[in-house]
Amino acid sequence: TMAFRHKNTRRIEGLDSNVWVEFTKVAADPSIVNLGQGLPDISPPSYVKEELAKAAAVDRLNQYTRGFGHLSLVKALSQVYERVCGRKIDPLTDILVTVGAYGSLFSTIQALIEEGDEVIIIEPFYDCYEPMVKMFFSKPVFIPLRYKNDGNSPSSAFFVLDPAELANKFNSKTKAIILNTPHNPIGKVFTREELQVIADLCIKHDTLCISDEVYEWLVYRGKKHIKIATLPGMWERTITIGSAGKTYSVTGWKLGWSIGPENLIKHLQVVHQNTLYTCSTPLQEALAQAFWIDYKRMDDPDCYFYSLSRELESKRDRMAQLLRESGLKPVIPDGGYFMIVDVSTLNVVFFNVDEKQPYDYKFVKWMITSKKLSAIPLSAFCGPETKRQFEKYIRFCFIKKDSTLDAAEVILKNWNKQTA
Amino acid sequence: QTHFLSLSLQAKMSRPVQARRLEGIDKNIWVEFVKLAATYATVNLGQGFPDFPPPDFLKEAFVRALSGENHMLHQYTRAFGHPPLVKILAQFFGKLLGRDLDPMTNVMVTVGAYQALFCCFQAFVDEGDEVIIIEPFFDCYEPMVKMAGGMPVFVPLRPKAPKDGKLMSSADWQLDPAELASKFSERTKAIVLNSPNNPLGKVFSRGELELIADLCEKHDILCISDEVYEWLVYDGKEHIRIASLRGMWDRTVMIGSAGKTFSATGWKVGWTVGPNRLLQHLRTVHQNSVYHCATIAQEAVAQGFQREIELYGKPDSYFVQLPKELQQKRDWLVQSLDAVGMKPIIPEGTYFLVADISEFKSDVPDVPDSDEPYDSRFAKWMVKNKGLAAIPLSAFCCGAHKNNYNHFIRFCFAKEEATLKAANNILQKWKREKTSP
Repeated sequence: TMAFRHKNTRRIEGLDSNVWVEFTKVAADPSIVNLGQGLPDISPPSYVKEELAKAAAVDRLNQYTRGFGHLSLVKALSQVYERVCGRKIDPLTDILVTVGAYGSLFSTIQALIEEGDEVIIIEPFYDCYEPMVKMFFSKPVFIPLRYKNDGNSPSSAFFVLDPAELANKFNSKTKAIILNTPHNPIGKVFTREELQVIADLCIKHDTLCISDEVYEWLVYRGKKHIKIATLPGMWERTITIGSAGKTYSVTGWKLGWSIGPENLIKHLQVVHQNTLYTCSTPLQEALAQAFWIDYKRMDDPDCYFYSLSRELESKRDRMAQLLRESGLKPVIPDGGYFMIVDVSTLNVVFFNVDEKQPYDYKFVKWMITSKKLSAIPLSAFCGPETKRQFEKYIRFCFIKKDSTLDAAEVILKNWNKQTA
Repeated sequence: QTHFLSLSLQAKMSRPVQARRLEGIDKNIWVEFVKLAATYATVNLGQGFPDFPPPDFLKEAFVRALSGENHMLHQYTRAFGHPPLVKILAQFFGKLLGRDLDPMTNVMVTVGAYQALFCCFQAFVDEGDEVIIIEPFFDCYEPMVKMAGGMPVFVPLRPKAPKDGKLMSSADWQLDPAELASKFSERTKAIVLNSPNNPLGKVFSRGELELIADLCEKHDILCISDEVYEWLVYDGKEHIRIASLRGMWDRTVMIGSAGKTFSATGWKVGWTVGPNRLLQHLRTVHQNSVYHCATIAQEAVAQGFQREIELYGKPDSYFVQLPKELQQKRDWLVQSLDAVGMKPIIPEGTYFLVADISEFKSDVPDVPDSDEPYDSRFAKWMVKNKGLAAIPLSAFCCGAHKNNYNHFIRFCFAKEEATLKAANNILQKWKREKTSP
């Protein structure tokens, strides 16, 4: 009786496994060069750390703050994003501060997605979208990015949605589409035209858009991050999600935010007040101060939003070069701090391994044990029907300090000597 | 494009945008009362947080974590809990429960005890499941159960008249065993226990816990045990962990809070302790909702516990000093309230105190057929006119029972001496105004 009565709820049935739990354990071995999980090993800017020390020294900042977001933080966010979006953003009604962008995604889905609704998810996708949608008994509807071959130097821009295929995915049950730009894992930065295609469909079918823009500042030369919420007709139906972790290289602060119209954000606030009520006070205060520092220099190239991007661009280029020299085929990302790599060029064959496991899982596990280098298999970011399409790719994270990239260089340079 | 909307699109646009699971849970007492306190209160004894700082050793631990060489403390840590923290929690609570606890499977860190509660309800309460909630209750239990599709079933603590001439104690508020037993049905999935209890301050006795435990075993249900005030017990009373009672470990999730333990409510670090069989499902909810908790605060709390495990039971232990200080503050507030005719119910634990305001009804006349419970109107009047903030007891009761105990308000006494003195001044002045012609 006990086992039955203490059974888990239906909503979490089948949601217990998780690619990160598997791969972070494996990569925790310090002898492995970890380019897997999206974790900066560079230091956050010193003023960010200083602001946290200052905040923690103020007595009242160690106690509860406003549930929907610490006042100085929501004010700072509204200023920064008013400037970016070119529209008025009310700090009290149009913003919710959450535990990471992860928490924003969860609050949005819990607040706005009903049982039986369909949610369109573009593949490959940040892996939490699918279980979150399923947890609320709604149906994920997948559409893959497809590779349009354009020559020898693959770029994330070559992965595109087929407009007709996309249009077919919308129907009367579609409640929302989840957009991620810049895109994890591919690094694609959706163009205005591509966003317009999505926007037109959202408006036509009266659908919401959940726009995960955590890598918004990390776009490389020649590319521009465009907020779909700024397209005509989109503000009223879009929740835009951001992340302190990605903005300031402080993933361990777990602060994120949702920005949107009051009539949508108010529902996220209801969910928030019934899930964790309020986020950490000292962290929010420190983040607010960091934002004020960078807000004041948003016209200055030294603003961290731009300087981090420049720093990462050279890491991106170095990484790409190393991979090419080892005979691998990287897809150059236009944004974000991940790079996907086609490993089929190496023709590594596996024997005596579980046939059902996708190729990229086998490759990554082999690479970890024999090369001491970790990455994440791309099929972890795919729905069941698309896994085969992407199983020749693995994902590397390049927001790593020089010594980590140096260690990766040594491994990659010696790669061919051992594989022969 | 087209002026004619398809019928299905029309239907979609006329439907509410939010999910049905949000029905009936949008109101929240804190949003209103926090705003009122911010606007009018000169002395805020309303929302439950200390106005004194966390202990120096904890603040120092935070600074050490921040300024150390290891800047990786600013990055993700282990999702189910920072290893140093889960290790020390397993050690600490293992000792208290007399069990060998595995930090990886018997402990999970959450964003405050609030998120721990959320994970429990999402993990175990399905559509139609009943959850027994003891009234008065920390207000979030009810909407969380509803959001999970469950049905809250309320059972009240009932006040027994105190001995002649004595002030009532929170111990005088008790469950009727027959009434409690009648609340269990075949749809009951869990009972929420909160001891020490917010708002009353009741510390459930061994006998009371055994009564609950017997029913849990008989009906084979889960116990969600909110023990955030576990260290705040007075007059030599003992906080008994229901998970230590026979047959209860396997069916209990014990919830704790760094915010309450270390007077740092703004850090939002909480935890769950229980058998792997139950915690595995909490981990599933957690990894699909927030996934990681902030790293630095966890590191500092781990160091705080390290200090406490070494000083356990000794006079220098924060867990000895804090309740000692708070007991004194409790006694001051009891005196202040008693002196002016508000009848305090002496709490055995927590940093809350409930007082009967019946004698002050002349200030705020009753309005028959009012939608708002009397104590709520009283509390609003009091903060606006006297500058003293407190929370109406009806906030901690279900809708149907709000008028049963509508002449009580809750004060928080985790406040500096100066704050409590200022409260006393307001009350004294109020009394003088009442008695003078």
